[in-house]
Formats: sequence, C-alpha cells, structure tokens
Amino acid sequence: MNPTENKTMQCGCDAPVAGIGGEGAAATIDASCRVPLLALFGGAALWLVLGLALGLAAVMTFHKPDMFADCAFLTFGRAQAAANDLLLYGFAIPAALGVMLWILARLSQAPLALPIVPVVAANLWHLGVFIGTATILGGGSTGHPWLEYPRAAAVLLFAAFMLIAVCAVATMGSRTNGELYPSHWFFFAAILWFVWSYGSANIFLQSHQQPRGVVQAVIDWWLTNNLLFVWLALAGIGIAFYFLPKIAGKPLASRGYALFGLLTLVFFGSWVGIPQSAPVPAWLPTVSAYAGLLSLVSIVAIAIVTKKTVCGACVKCSGGPFCFIKFGMLSFVVSSLLYVSEFCPRYSRVLEFTWFNFGVTQWQLLGFAGMILCGAIYEILPRVMGKELPFTKLAKLNFFLFAGGTLLFVIPLLIGGVEQGMKLRDANIPFADASAVAMKFLRISTTGQLLVLLGALCLLLNILVMTLQWKLGLVKTVVGVVKDSLAEGSAYQPLPCDKEAKP
Amino acid sequence: MKTGFSVFLAAFVALGASWFGLVYGPLKQLGVATETKVLQSDAKWPLQRTGDATLGLQVYRSAGCAACHTEQVRQTGAANVLTITEIGSHQPTDLKGFINSLAGSVTELMNSSNAVAANLAGWNGELPKVLYSGADDTVVSMLGDKLKAVGVKTEARVVATGADIARGWGTRQSVAADYLYDAPVQLGNLRAGPDLATIGVRAPDVNWQLQHLYAPRSLVKNSTMPAFRFLFAVQKIGAQPAPDALVLPKEFAPADGYEVVPTAEAKQLAAYLLTLKNNAPLYEAPFTPITAAK
Repeated sequence: MNPTENKTMQCGCDAPVAGIGGEGAAATIDASCRVPLLALFGGAALWLVLGLALGLAAVMTFHKPDMFADCAFLTFGRAQAAANDLLLYGFAIPAALGVMLWILARLSQAPLALPIVPVVAANLWHLGVFIGTATILGGGSTGHPWLEYPRAAAVLLFAAFMLIAVCAVATMGSRTNGELYPSHWFFFAAILWFVWSYGSANIFLQSHQQPRGVVQAVIDWWLTNNLLFVWLALAGIGIAFYFLPKIAGKPLASRGYALFGLLTLVFFGSWVGIPQSAPVPAWLPTVSAYAGLLSLVSIVAIAIVTKKTVCGACVKCSGGPFCFIKFGMLSFVVSSLLYVSEFCPRYSRVLEFTWFNFGVTQWQLLGFAGMILCGAIYEILPRVMGKELPFTKLAKLNFFLFAGGTLLFVIPLLIGGVEQGMKLRDANIPFADASAVAMKFLRISTTGQLLVLLGALCLLLNILVMTLQWKLGLVKTVVGVVKDSLAEGSAYQPLPCDKEAKP
Repeated sequence: MKTGFSVFLAAFVALGASWFGLVYGPLKQLGVATETKVLQSDAKWPLQRTGDATLGLQVYRSAGCAACHTEQVRQTGAANVLTITEIGSHQPTDLKGFINSLAGSVTELMNSSNAVAANLAGWNGELPKVLYSGADDTVVSMLGDKLKAVGVKTEARVVATGADIARGWGTRQSVAADYLYDAPVQLGNLRAGPDLATIGVRAPDVNWQLQHLYAPRSLVKNSTMPAFRFLFAVQKIGAQPAPDALVLPKEFAPADGYEVVPTAEAKQLAAYLLTLKNNAPLYEAPFTPITAAK
C-alpha cells in the first residue's frame, strides 16, 4: 500500500468505489494504466510548460512592442494563438483524457481495456498538437479562434480522440458492477461532446467549401463555448466528483443535484457563446443571453454538491491534491459566473472587446481545468507507478504557485478589462487612454503568468523524473535478467517482462 | 444502467438541439446569403476584393492581426436628426423665438420642446445647426415642414449612435452582409488596437499604412502595436533608390546607404486594409449619407 492510499483511507470511510476487490486488484488496474497515462500526462505537462512560456513571450510584445519585430513566428497574433491552443489541446484535453481513463478503470474495477490503444492515441494526439503549433507559428493558422490548427492536425486530434473514446467505452463496458457513478455520466457526455462538436466544426470550417460569411464565426463561437465552457466543465467536474468524495472520505453529497447540474449544463450551457453585439441576426445573441442566464442554475447546483461534499471533511489538504481540486471547483464557480456575465446584454456592452474575456478564459483553463488536472495527476501518478512522487515538495509548491499565480494573472486582467470597457464606451476619452489603462493591469498580470509557468515546471519535473526512473528500472531489469541467464549458461529463457511495461 | 441510458439520451438530445440551433439554423439562414443592395442605389454590397487585397486577407490571417483588432462596429441606436442649413432672411434671435413658440404650441412637438430649446440656447446663427436629435421622427418631419413654410431650409438625416460611431470608427453598425466575401471571417474579440472595419476610409493612404506597419510609433505616438519589420526588407541602396522604398523619419530609418522596401506580403496587407470600408447604407443598417438633403 503506498502512502497516498493510506492517507485517503484514514477516515475509515468508503471511497465511491464500493467494495473494491482488495489491494491486488487495485494494483493491477493501476499498472494497466501506467504506460498510457505516462504518454498522455508527459506530453500534456510538456505542452503546458511550452504554452505558458509562449504566452509569456506573446505578452512581452505589450511591454516592449518591438521585441519580436523581426521574428515573424513570435509576433503576438501567432504566439498568442499557439499558446492558447497549447493550453487547451496540448494540456487540458489529453490530461483530462488520461485521468478519465484511470477513473473509468477504477470504477469498473477492471484493468484498462485495450491498453495499447490509448498509447497510440496519445502519440497521435501529441503529434497533432506539434504539427498544429508549428503551423500556427509558421503563419498557417486557419484564422478561426480556438480552431487554428490546420486540417492535418485536426484530423490527427480527432482520430486520437476516437481511439481513446473506444478504449474508454470498452473499459466502461468491462465493469463488473452494473451501477453507474455520477462521474460516468459526465464522462459519457464529455466523450460525445468532443467528437460531435470538434468534428462538425472542423468539417464545416476546414472543408474546401466553407460556409459563406458570418456563419463561420457563429460555428466558431459555438465550438469555443462547447470546448471551453461545456467540455472542460464536463471533464473537470466528472473528475472532481470522483476525487472529492474519495479524499474527503464521504460519499458524494447528492446524486440528484449532480444529475440536475449535468442536465442543465448540457441543455443550457451549450447554447451560450454568441457575443451580444455580434453582426448576426438578433435571435442568436438573444438565445445565448437567455441560455447564459439559465446555466446559472447548473453552476449553483454543482457548487452545492461540491460544498456539501467538501465541508466537514476530516482531511487536511496542505497543498496536496485535495487543495488542487477544491481550488479548481471554486475557480469553476467563479469563472463560470464571470463567463456567463459576458453574455448578459447589460454587462457585455462594457466587457466586450476588452481583456476581460482573455482573463476569464485563462481562469477557466488554468484555475479550473489546470488545477483539477494537476491535483488528479499528483493523486494518480504515485498509484500508477507504485512509488512516491520524486519531489513531493515541488508538488506542494506547484499548488501555491498555481493558485497565487492564476489569481495574480487573471484578476488584474478582469479589473483592467472592466476599466478599459468603461473608457471605450465613452467616446470623449481617446482610444489610447483606454488602452493605457489596460496596459497598467497587464503588467501586473504578467508576474502571475510567470508564477504559473514555474508551477507548471514543477509538474513537468515530477512527471519527467518519474518516467526516467521507470525507464531506467526497466532497463536494469532487462540487463539483470540477461546477465543471470548468461551466468547460468542456459540456452534460452523467456524474459519475465510484464505486459504493460512495453509501450 | 437505466440512468446511464437516459443520461446518454439526454446529453444526445441537448447537444443535438444546440447543434441544430447554433450550427444548422445559421447555416440555413445565413449560409445561403448573397449580395445585397445598397440602400437607395443600384450598387451591390459587399464589394468583391481583387488581386493584392484578396491575398492581403490571408496575410492578415497569417500574422494573427485579429488577435488585437476587431473588424466590427457596434451601434447602440439610431437618431433622427434635423439640422438647419439655411435661414434665408430671418434673424437668428427671431427664428429662435419662432421655433421655441412653435415647439411649445404644436401638440406633436411639445414633448421635445425642452430638447429643442436646449439645442438653440446660445445659438448665434452659425450653420449648420442641429435642431433636434432623437428617436421621434414626427418631430423631424413636422418641424421641417413648418420651417420650410417660412423659408428656412433644413436637412433631415438618420444617423447611427454609439461610442464606436462617435469615435469615427464607422457610420453604422457592422452587419452579417459585410462579411460575405471574407474567408476566413475575422471579427476579433479584443480591442488592444482600434477597430479596423473602416480603416480604409480613415487612413486611405497606402504609404501611411506601410510606414505604420514598419514603424507604428513613427506615426502614432505611444502606440502599443508591434512593428511588423519582418514584412519588409532592408537593403543596400543600388544605383537608384527603389521606387517603393519607405520615406521614414530619421529616428526610424535604417543606416545610411540602406533603404526599407516592403515585401509583396506587406503590400498585400496594406491593400487589404484599404478595402476595409463599411460605409454603405443597407436595409438592415440604414443611415442617411451626408450628401442627401431634404
């Protein structure tokens, strides 16, 4: 039994996985996830660091406008787009998929089905992200925000997702116990959502016969909302609803509220996303405004479940996974409220076209998805690898850097955005003054961005060292076996390698 | 398992509904749009871009200009404006009294009499003079007719209102029809720089555009725009200076004996920017161009 396992069980309460088949079964399940998860998490952590570094390089343009004047690939428009996509496609989605696979295997009380499939998928996915990023930096972006990856990269991402979906469904199908846990619902929806929305948006926007005019923008807004708001929420909350009860040592507060939160999220949340002053027929923004209002219900329901589950838990978090996930859920509630407020006609008049939107998006990506995923990774990795994290202190430091950094990154942007919006609304104030106000806040926010980057480095270091140690161990075992067999002088002996250890 | 199936079904229906509403619906409604007509004219809208400007849109996309610039003018409303253009033989003070008494006595004008009086306060006869600006079009027509009867010429116009319009970023809001020929459509969602929907009207000089791309701060002090020097070539001046070399202030000029020449991409981008002029009145975004008078 590894130490983390020990800690979570100390309350004597049963985890959501009722009656798990003993230590041996859990260890087999964890071992079956080892290679796929390392492939997904390792790449994700690398992309996270690169994305944050690229984002930092991009905003440097605002501190020193001529910094990259001769360097086409780091010009703001390219670097920023590549950084955003790295955070979403490079980090958030593959990391969430990895965590999902592990949770599904644990909930099924069965080893991961088809463990080779997600390994292939992870490599395809990372290849897609690499091609996409290189293309954007080289100037080949499609020009549709959050869908900048060219056709080749989009096809790779889609194929990889389909493979992982197959593995997830197969794992879900192999469960020994018929009952479904709330996380199952969220993951179901998340898998369906990505395949449908990413697939159809790409079919329309990347085909040779693109739809004419603003329909392109409408489809893009629809996709952006469905990925950044709905998909991240489905994946993130599904993960949180598994870990929170498990770590807190008590059952999820209310399945009813959780189901209600899920249904209202998918029914109303998916209609949000059309900006209020968009140059489209008025019914579109109006529908989005009402949908935004109605999705408040969902945010409240999820907040209630979380609060009831977390309150009174007999676990101290002190920078551990529990802290990460609690902070992530708090971020979900706050960032979603801010996000929805952008679609209220009254506020959108001020908030539109300012840094506010950028701030909210970063909060969703880093404060909510990033936090929950980092927490989940720190919780899962030691189990999957069967040993402690190499740098537990860095993992704790990661929490404080992420929490402080995200707030320092995002809150100035939000305040600056509001101020900028107020000034933009008043035609007597010159445009340059409105920009200057935002710049003041942007300078503070860059400090936060740097802290988040340092936090991400902690994550990368932990995963990287863990992977290296494991690979070194594999080599040692193989060498040892070969040596032994040579010493004995036996003609041939099959290597006792474990199946999962071979990527 | 029963909950599993119903949850899956519910998610399927929810996503399907949103897809039909926000993807299929707009495709059916807007995807079949064709050119529209400019209001009170036979001209078609929007204009098809040609040559360099078509390629320039791709340079705009490739450099990610839309990350900082919107191409979309917002409008909060519209106002009917009545302006006095000629007062004939009348004295300003007499006319002021006449209009004020008119506004006070005619039923349709009474609601707006205070606004009219406020507009006229301190008027010494300078023309054109805005008499009324507001939502009520009967005030405009009634007052216009009464003044015409006494030999005062007025002009009635419909104008768009809002901060973007007041900043001079356009004469009307952007509408779906404006983007018919853009591929990709790049509306932008951050105004780190000014809106560009009518930059072709505001800065119609191609040399200004090129110099601004090469050295933004040589033309706009305190601009936060990055310089796009990678779209230009600095080369040794040959036997004769290149005809398209930029004329730069000393501070921004290259070393002696060198000149800055725009690449094809820079020229295309500038050509594209010059085509951005959303200034035609449309059915869904009407306004009265300055030339029309009552």
